Amino acid sequence: MKILLKNGSIKGEKVLDILIENDKIIKIGAPNTIKDVEAEIVDLTGLIVLPGLVDLHTHLREPGREDAETISTGSAAAAKGGYTAVHAMANTLPVADTAGVVEQVWNLGKSVGLVDVYPVGAVTIGLLGENLAELSAMADSKARVRIFSDDGNCVSDPVLMRRALEYVKAFNGVIAQHAQEPRLTQNAQMNESTLSGQLGLTGWPAVAEEAIVARDVLLTEHVQSKLHVCHASTAGTVEILRWAKDKKVNVTAEVTPHHLFLSQIHCESYDAKFKVNPPLRREEDVTELRNALAQGIIDVVATDHAPHPREDKEGEWNSAAFGMTGLETALAVVATAMIDTKLMTWSDVARVMSEKPAEIGQLTEHGRPIAENEIANLCIIDPNASWKVDAKDTHSLSTNNPFDGMTLKSKVVHTIFRGKFSMKSGQVQK
Amino acid sequence: MKKHLVSANDLTKDDAVLVLDTAKELAAISDGLVKKLPTLRGRTVVNLFFEDSTRTRISFEAASKRLSADVINFSAKGSSVSKGESLKDTAQTLQSMGADAVVIRHGSSGAPHLLATRNWINAVVINAGDGTHEHPTQALLDAYTIRKHLRNNTGDLSGLRVAIVGDILHSRVARSNAILLKTLGATPIMVAPPTLLPVGIKDWSGEYSYNLDEVLPEVDAVMMLRVQQERMNDAYFPTAREYARNFGLNIRRQKTMQKHALVLHPGPMNRGMEITAEVADSANSVVIEQVANGVSVRMAVLYLLLGGTNNETGDKN
Repeated sequence: MKILLKNGSIKGEKVLDILIENDKIIKIGAPNTIKDVEAEIVDLTGLIVLPGLVDLHTHLREPGREDAETISTGSAAAAKGGYTAVHAMANTLPVADTAGVVEQVWNLGKSVGLVDVYPVGAVTIGLLGENLAELSAMADSKARVRIFSDDGNCVSDPVLMRRALEYVKAFNGVIAQHAQEPRLTQNAQMNESTLSGQLGLTGWPAVAEEAIVARDVLLTEHVQSKLHVCHASTAGTVEILRWAKDKKVNVTAEVTPHHLFLSQIHCESYDAKFKVNPPLRREEDVTELRNALAQGIIDVVATDHAPHPREDKEGEWNSAAFGMTGLETALAVVATAMIDTKLMTWSDVARVMSEKPAEIGQLTEHGRPIAENEIANLCIIDPNASWKVDAKDTHSLSTNNPFDGMTLKSKVVHTIFRGKFSMKSGQVQK
Repeated sequence: MKKHLVSANDLTKDDAVLVLDTAKELAAISDGLVKKLPTLRGRTVVNLFFEDSTRTRISFEAASKRLSADVINFSAKGSSVSKGESLKDTAQTLQSMGADAVVIRHGSSGAPHLLATRNWINAVVINAGDGTHEHPTQALLDAYTIRKHLRNNTGDLSGLRVAIVGDILHSRVARSNAILLKTLGATPIMVAPPTLLPVGIKDWSGEYSYNLDEVLPEVDAVMMLRVQQERMNDAYFPTAREYARNFGLNIRRQKTMQKHALVLHPGPMNRGMEITAEVADSANSVVIEQVANGVSVRMAVLYLLLGGTNNETGDKN
């Protein structure tokens, strides 16, 4: 089984032909220099080839909420979005806080076979923030967990956070913190601002995120461990990250596509498809997050793909669920926010959506150079496409995509996962 | 006028003055021997109350009945989630019953906005208070009351200064009043301890202050908001006594006000907390009158939104 990809522009730069055999890239050369009669030839003229995308933050909902998403449907959405690896968050039912649950998720991902599913382990038992989960058992399991997170909840107890940061040093783990001071955000509904006051929605102050990020940075420095900041959403968080990186603290951070693109003004509609945790912030925050991503202060884009059934999203704002889907639109949103604005190049996109996330997740077969003898995980993009998002046109079981109806630039055309098309010409290969 | 009344922002100055003028005409009828008009005969008004509010509900009920509308009271207490029925299902049920107007009170900010914008129903939506967002008919009745006493029951409220005192942060009455007073040319002044003012208050139209004593001598009316004792448990203020000492309206404070200055309260009053009994029962207190004006103003809103024409009131213009 061979595939010959012709005339693709590698990360938007050199135009080359790529020959894939089984799961590997076996040859790369100038256009028309590779001949192989057995290979399926696919012309990529005008298209961009990136390493397959890697998501550090995906809610696949299985086990427990198979009405919202399953590992199978989430994998299909990932393949459609150009992803070859996703990290499945731990807030399932049961919670992924034991070796048994993480191995189940790992195995289900393998059996679907559209994308590598790497489970994230819970930091505390049941995400309750009281007792550490068996982190070492999850690290040693077949799922080889390296990222631990109570995402959805914050590890707010400073002693517990310190212990978790210390404990994972034994197996080179990283704590991915959902930074949300719980007392400052009781019943919080949207970014605290003039607008939240006018809309009568309980405010979610930026300081509730920044206070935890600052504390965690200091703890990480103190115990010499590794911290990953989930979904940074404020300009203040960017300032703290900048300071931490200057001080060489071992901290990385992600931003979601929606925080790069949407601001709190959408809350005016009281349409709960714009309700998300952390909340959409001010325009100034959006601008600052974009700059921080371009400058490398924020390391990666992670989707925080959070599917919810319709009934949990169409009611009153206060009782609606937090979260947005995003696997299928992430690349186009990033391209529209960062490339269309000339803040980044395709090579930068490869860094923030593939190489760096793979490095943080310690993946050895993703986010690699597009070179001979590497595993063929690739994402192929039409940079000139312009398309209107239809939330209903999705592989996800859920339709809570906030970009519904918006026009985005660039589109993922093919995804190659371990040498085979997982998505070809827009069609997921099941 | 817009089709729905969800926010005080839905009203232009002309709209607001029209509502007040219409309310004035309708009030004349309410004062007469036969308190009923045939205007909305055959129309159905549903009072959809997800929160208890006997006062607001009976005010709308009286207003509807005086216009001869059929009234259905739908009490859906508790959140839609705990009841198991969604707002959408409830709304569509009412639609099937042929509601022409839905008067909604809901604990969630924005619920009336959803009813008005989601194409679930065709009916006119009137916000009777949503969460900590708005309560536009309360603002209209307050404006009506102020106008009646201080502007000879005509025109707008330009030049007047009105203090709104108390739990601004959680008050839908304050939000609607801040908007409507501004629309009508008056200046609202929000007065509260800093903990009970929303972040961003400086960007609101109007003024704000932490000091009631400084504000009182220069206002034309003061609106005292109910302050719930449970706010104390959330550390918004140290004790009920300290709150009452600094922000309660007592006789000593009332004496610093101008002779003509009115005292309003949306009710129910917390006597001894934000207002003392002497002030509530004083000559300048218009609290009881607000209730009567509430019916007239709600009649005017129903009348205008359900498409009555001025001729039917017997108006000469």
